[in-house]
Amino acid sequence: MSAYVIRGAALADGTCTDVRVDGGAIVELGSLPPAAGERTIDADGLLLLPGFVDLHTHLRQPGGEGAETVLTGSRAAAAGGYTTIHAMPNTTPAADGPGVVEQVAALGEEAGYVDVRPIGAVSKGRQGEELAELVAMARSRARVRVFSDDGSCVADPLLMRRALEYARIVDGVIAQHAEEPRLTAGAQLHDGAVAADLGLQGWPAVAEEAIIARDALLAESTGSRLHVCHVSTAGSVEVVRWAKARGIRITAEVTPHHLWLTDEAARGYDARFKVNPPLRTEEDVTALRAALADGTIDAVATDHAPHPAEAKRSEWSAAAMGMVGLETAVLVVQAAVVETGLLGWPEVERAMSRRPAEIGGLVDAARPIAVGRSADLVLLDPAARRRLSVDDLAGRSTNSPYLGQELPGRVVATVFRGAPTVLDGRLREPEEVGAPW
Amino acid sequence: MSDHLLSTKGFTRDRAVALLDVAEDMADTQRRQVKKLPTLRGTTIVNLFFEDSTRTRISFEAAAKRLSADVITFSAKGSSVSKGESLQDTAQTLQAMGADGIVIRHSSSGAAHTLATSGWTRAGVVNAGDGTHEHPTQALLDAFTIRKRRHGDDSRGRDLDGLRVVIVGDILHSRVARSNVWLLTALGASVHLVAPPTLLPTHTEGWPVTTGIDLDAAVDDGPDAVMMLRVQRERMTEAFFPTAKEYASLYGLSVARADRLPATSLVMHPGPMNRGLEIAGAVADSPRSTVLEQVQNGIGVRMAVLYDVLAGDRAA
Repeated sequence: MSAYVIRGAALADGTCTDVRVDGGAIVELGSLPPAAGERTIDADGLLLLPGFVDLHTHLRQPGGEGAETVLTGSRAAAAGGYTTIHAMPNTTPAADGPGVVEQVAALGEEAGYVDVRPIGAVSKGRQGEELAELVAMARSRARVRVFSDDGSCVADPLLMRRALEYARIVDGVIAQHAEEPRLTAGAQLHDGAVAADLGLQGWPAVAEEAIIARDALLAESTGSRLHVCHVSTAGSVEVVRWAKARGIRITAEVTPHHLWLTDEAARGYDARFKVNPPLRTEEDVTALRAALADGTIDAVATDHAPHPAEAKRSEWSAAAMGMVGLETAVLVVQAAVVETGLLGWPEVERAMSRRPAEIGGLVDAARPIAVGRSADLVLLDPAARRRLSVDDLAGRSTNSPYLGQELPGRVVATVFRGAPTVLDGRLREPEEVGAPW
Repeated sequence: MSDHLLSTKGFTRDRAVALLDVAEDMADTQRRQVKKLPTLRGTTIVNLFFEDSTRTRISFEAAAKRLSADVITFSAKGSSVSKGESLQDTAQTLQAMGADGIVIRHSSSGAAHTLATSGWTRAGVVNAGDGTHEHPTQALLDAFTIRKRRHGDDSRGRDLDGLRVVIVGDILHSRVARSNVWLLTALGASVHLVAPPTLLPTHTEGWPVTTGIDLDAAVDDGPDAVMMLRVQRERMTEAFFPTAKEYASLYGLSVARADRLPATSLVMHPGPMNRGLEIAGAVADSPRSTVLEQVQNGIGVRMAVLYDVLAGDRAA
C-alpha cells in the first residue's frame, strides 16, 4: 500500500492538520508539503475522528444469514464510519465456545472492512444456566474480552456472580442485557401512557433498573467489571451514576435510538419502532443525553439488529424486536446531542471511539489520532443533510426507523488499517478495499 | 363516510352522534316485517376472525346480511392461518378475491390498524376487537344503549352530556373499556374506572377519566350507569387477584351493591358474563340490566358502521 495524505482535516478539538498514512498506520501529522505523485483525500471543511468502535452489533452469522452476514454487517459498519465492531453471540449456534467465535473473527478478517471482535456468551447456549467457556474463548484466536448473553438477561444472580468472578481470569467484562424476565414476560412497549392507549403489554422501567442495581452490587462485592448494555431509562442513569460514585467498576452504553426516539413513535403500530429495550419517554431521552454528556454513560453503541422484511411486516406483537443502526449512528448522535448543544465533537470521539475501545480492551483503537496509531479513521461532513433512504443502508436488512427522516451529517470516508472502505461518500467493494490504494 | 373504523380515540362529539343517529335509522328498519335493506347489494364483506367470538361474529354477519352484502366468514381455526400464514398473506389473498370490507377480530393489539394502513388491501376495515386495544362497535352499542334508555324515541341528535358512567373490572386487558373511555367522554359523559390496582394500567394520566379502587364508593356516588367487565379466570394464576371469591366480594356487582344504586341507574355488561363473579345473576336479570338490549342494539349499530365505511365510492 502506497502512502497518501488526508489534507486539511479538522480534528475534534478544532485544530487543522494533514495526515500521512502509510503501511496501514498514521506516519506523519501537521502541515505536510505535498510529495510528488502522492494521492490525497481532500478533507477541507471536514471533521476527522478515530474510526468508531461499536460495542453492540448483531451480525446474525452463523444461522441468521437471511438478515445479515459478517460481510454485509461489516459493510454497514464501514458505511457508518466504524472500524471496529463487537459481534453479539446470539447466533445459531450461539457463540459460546472457541469454535464459533473463531469462525466469526475469521469471517471478519476475510470481509476486511472492519475489525470484527466477537463477544462470547456468558452461559452455554445463552440458556442462563451453566457458565460458558470464557477463558477458552479469551485464549482462542478471537481473543474475546467481552462476554454477554445479550438478547437475554443473565437473570440468575448466582450465575451472574460467578460470571463476574470468573471473567477476572482474563480481565474480561460482563456486558449485561438488563431485563428482569418475570417483569417483562410478553412485554411489547414501554410501560407508559402510550402502551396504555395502544393496549400493548408494558415493559416497566423497573425491570431494567432492578437488574442494574443488583449487578452493580454484585460487581462491587466481587471487584469485577460490569458493562450495562443499552441503558434506556432515567432511573437506570441514576443507578449507574450512584454506582460510579461508589467506585464500582461499571460502564454503560446507550443506543442512538434511545437518544432520539420515544414511545410516541409506536402510535401507528409501525413495527420498525419495536425494539428491546423499548423506546421510552421524553424524560428518559433527556436523562440519557445528559448522562452521555457528563460521562455517566460511557459509550454510544448501536444494537444494530437486522431483521428480514417479513419479520417486521406483521401485527405488532408478532413482529421481531430491533432496528438496524450502524449506518445512521453518528448522524443520529449529531442530531440528538451535538446539534442540541450537549456534546462537542471531542465528547462524541470519546463516546463512539475511545471509551468503547477501552471497555473492549482494545489498546490501539482507544488512542487518539497520533503518529504510530493504526490508520482507523472516519471523515465526516457535519454540514451535510439528507433525507434517509434505503440506498443509504449498506447491510442486508432495511429495518431502520429513520427512513424518510432528515438527518444531519455524512460519512465522507472511512479508513480501516489505512485502506479506504468508504471514499467520497461511497462504500467501496471488497476487491477495492483489498487492493492497494 | 369513513375509510375504516379502527378505534374511537379521536372521535368528535358530532361524528359519534351522527353514527348513533344512523344506527337509530337502522334500528327502525329492524322493526319492520321485511328487515333487509338493499344498501350494500353487490358488496362483499369478509368476517376475518383470528380469535373465537361467536357473538360478535354473528352480530356482524346479521348486520351485513340485512344490508344485502355478501358475507364470507373466515375463521382462523382450521384455516391456513393456523398453519403459520401471515396477516399479510391473508389480507392479500382476500384482496385478490375482491373483498370490499374486512371485519377483523384479532388477538394482537393494532392488528386492525396494521391491516388498514399496510397497503395489503384496499378494503374498508372495521375493527371487531384487537387484542387489549379497542372494540369500537361495542362502545358504540353501549353508548347507543345508554342514550336509548335515557331519551327513548327522542334520542336523535343527543349526546350523553352530564351522565356519569362507572366501568368496573379488568381495565388493563379490556378493549371494551378503552373504546368506551374515548367514546363516552367524546359524547360528554364522565367516566370513572374502578379496578384492583393490579388490573389498572400503570399510566392512565393521558385518559380523560378518574380512577379508583373502591367499588362501594363508586356505587354510593350514584352513577347513571355501571358497566361490569368480564374477568378472565386465568388472571388468578397470574397473581392479579388471589381468588374468585375475593374478587367477587371486592369488585362484583352483588345484589346488595346494586340495591344501593339510584333507581334509574343502568347496569351494563358486554358479555359473556361470569354470573356470580363480576355480576350477580339476579342483577344481570333485573330490570335495570341492559345486557340483552346491548346485544339487540349491536345489530343496528354495526349496520350503521358498515354503511358508514362501505356505502358509496371507496377511495382506490
